[in-house]
Amino acid sequence: MRPFIQFESVSKAFGSVTVVNALDLAIEKGEFVSLLGPSGSGKTTILMMLAGFERPTQGAIYLDGKRIDHLPPYRRQMGVVFQNYALFPHMTVAENVAFPLEMQRVPRAEIARRVERALDMVKLKPLKDRRPSQLSGGQQQRIALTRALVFEPSVILMDEPLGALDKQLREHMQLEIRELHKRLGLTIVFVTHDQSEALTMSDRIAVFNAGRIEQIDNPQVIYDTPRTRFVAEFIGETNLIEAKIASVDNQVARLSLGAGLSARAHAAGGLSAGQTASFSLRPERIRLGMAPEGSNALDMTITDCIYHGDHMRVQLARDDFSLVARCERLAGHWTVGAPVVASFDPRDCTVLAQ
Amino acid sequence: MFRALQATFGIAVVVFLLMPIFAILPLAFTSSVFLNYPIPAYSMRWMHELTTAEVWRTSILNSLIIGSGATVLATVLGTLASLGMRRGALPMAGLLRTMFLLPMVVPAVVLGVGMQIFLVRLGLASTYLGVIIAHAVLCIPFVIVSVSAALQGIDPTIERAASSLGARPVTVFRRVTLPLAIPGVVSGAIFAFATSLDEVVLTLFVAGPNQRTLARQMFSSIRENISPTVAAAALLLIVGTLCLGGLGALLRWRQGRKTAAAAA
Ligand SMILES: Nc1ncnc2c1ncn2[C@@H]1O[C@H](COP(=O)(O)OP(=O)(O)OP(=O)(O)O)[C@@H](O)[C@H]1O
Ligand SMILES: [Mg+2]
Repeated sequence: MRPFIQFESVSKAFGSVTVVNALDLAIEKGEFVSLLGPSGSGKTTILMMLAGFERPTQGAIYLDGKRIDHLPPYRRQMGVVFQNYALFPHMTVAENVAFPLEMQRVPRAEIARRVERALDMVKLKPLKDRRPSQLSGGQQQRIALTRALVFEPSVILMDEPLGALDKQLREHMQLEIRELHKRLGLTIVFVTHDQSEALTMSDRIAVFNAGRIEQIDNPQVIYDTPRTRFVAEFIGETNLIEAKIASVDNQVARLSLGAGLSARAHAAGGLSAGQTASFSLRPERIRLGMAPEGSNALDMTITDCIYHGDHMRVQLARDDFSLVARCERLAGHWTVGAPVVASFDPRDCTVLAQ
Repeated sequence: MFRALQATFGIAVVVFLLMPIFAILPLAFTSSVFLNYPIPAYSMRWMHELTTAEVWRTSILNSLIIGSGATVLATVLGTLASLGMRRGALPMAGLLRTMFLLPMVVPAVVLGVGMQIFLVRLGLASTYLGVIIAHAVLCIPFVIVSVSAALQGIDPTIERAASSLGARPVTVFRRVTLPLAIPGVVSGAIFAFATSLDEVVLTLFVAGPNQRTLARQMFSSIRENISPTVAAAALLLIVGTLCLGGLGALLRWRQGRKTAAAAA
């Protein structure tokens, strides 16, 4: 049994430039998968291959067990939401939403009914006779979404659909899309380069770098145990620690951090004494002040303290070894120049693949 | 100081360009039989002559027939050509475009000579169809320029969206591309009609006595008998062209407003 959507070693090259490289990706029905990556990493290209606007140079794409990479877009039954909304400027809102139903030769009366209901769902029925140019960005976005949903496609594809909205509206729309996804059981492939958007919305995140998946997993795993340096740095903020492995004992590695500091980390395996490895340590995992039983404790000095409203960012250093810790504002009072004990659980120090 | 100079120069150029037009127009209403100043009294006599005399009436009718024919032909062909040259679908689209725009720069006499030889071969010399074809050749570049600009303004993702929503290529064209390009097609057609209306040189070469257009008739009447009917005809042409120009400007303004609103 194949997964609902499957990319099977799909490559795409434009001329001599390979943009997507032997991609394997499986998406289950009802899943919300985000493709996250920096600009130029091939996210749009992958989405366009799924929608049918680009053809893979190599490999195969399956939807619901059937090979689709040779099908034209209009035979794929996918609702695509573009970054700039791509509403038809010469049609009213209602005509825009009716368009896919007309293409399916749905009877007139039913079209009217379904358009009505769909516009009701996004609370935009009063605007149905307006032109897209008379709507705000958020309203246009919602119409584009409605238009992509109304013909009940098997998959919804979204290419940075919220990129052009301001922060508040974006967060509102994130919730709205998530809600729709849950309520209608939609399968959604969502392209974004905003990591917090991917973290809050997705069932799984595929992190892309230069046309390859660096890691694909649920948001918590991606955030807590990034597998590569790229993922650790791209998602959230992190302390990258280069350390020499002093010893490995029973899955626990003893690291020498430099400046005479040492710490323990749970090694995911593959580490041996004497080698150098990179580790990721999230700033919010570092505690300042007292060190609980069983945690690493480092004697360091506060070099800076930055106010961020809801939290503080405390810079720590000892000789050339430095860390950033994120602290609740009420967790204590920190003075620059004062010595402090920084502690963290060995499990929060994640080894990264080279 | 420099600005004042600029303004003066600008006004001078405008006066220079418009003077001949303003000089001829009052003569359309002279009561004298001579096409010169001073005007003894104002009368509608020559306007009347223009609309009743057989030669003038047929020439007006001919202008309308040939103008409409050339407009339809040029608009259809020009629009198709613009669609074909869109987005590098064809190899050497750039070269093709230059070829299509050539009639704008090739001297009309050269075109006229070639056209006449060609139409004689085809047995179309001195026929309406022949003149219409000849005029269409001159008009096509205007249509291409105008339609290409309109097509350029269409966001390709809008067509992609239509396609993803289940529209076949023909449907995408009919429901999305064409409606969005229509303002460009219409203004191209207006340019085409205006071009055909005042075309003389090609007409001299390819038209027979039966296809005398208004412009052609003015040209010969000013050499044969200098009657103020010419001024009346000039007035008619100017009013006609102004109406067309106004219509075109109105369309462009509306389109500009629409795209500005869409971009906002
Ligand atoms: N039609 C094309 N011809 C040539 N190169 C292309 C084409 N489309 C995309 N590319 C190249 O492929 C690479 C990946 O492009 P893509 O649009 O998939 O990136 P992306 O991950 O969506 O980036 P962004 O976040 O900026 O949208 C880019 O380097 C781009 O220049
Ligand atoms: Mg993109």
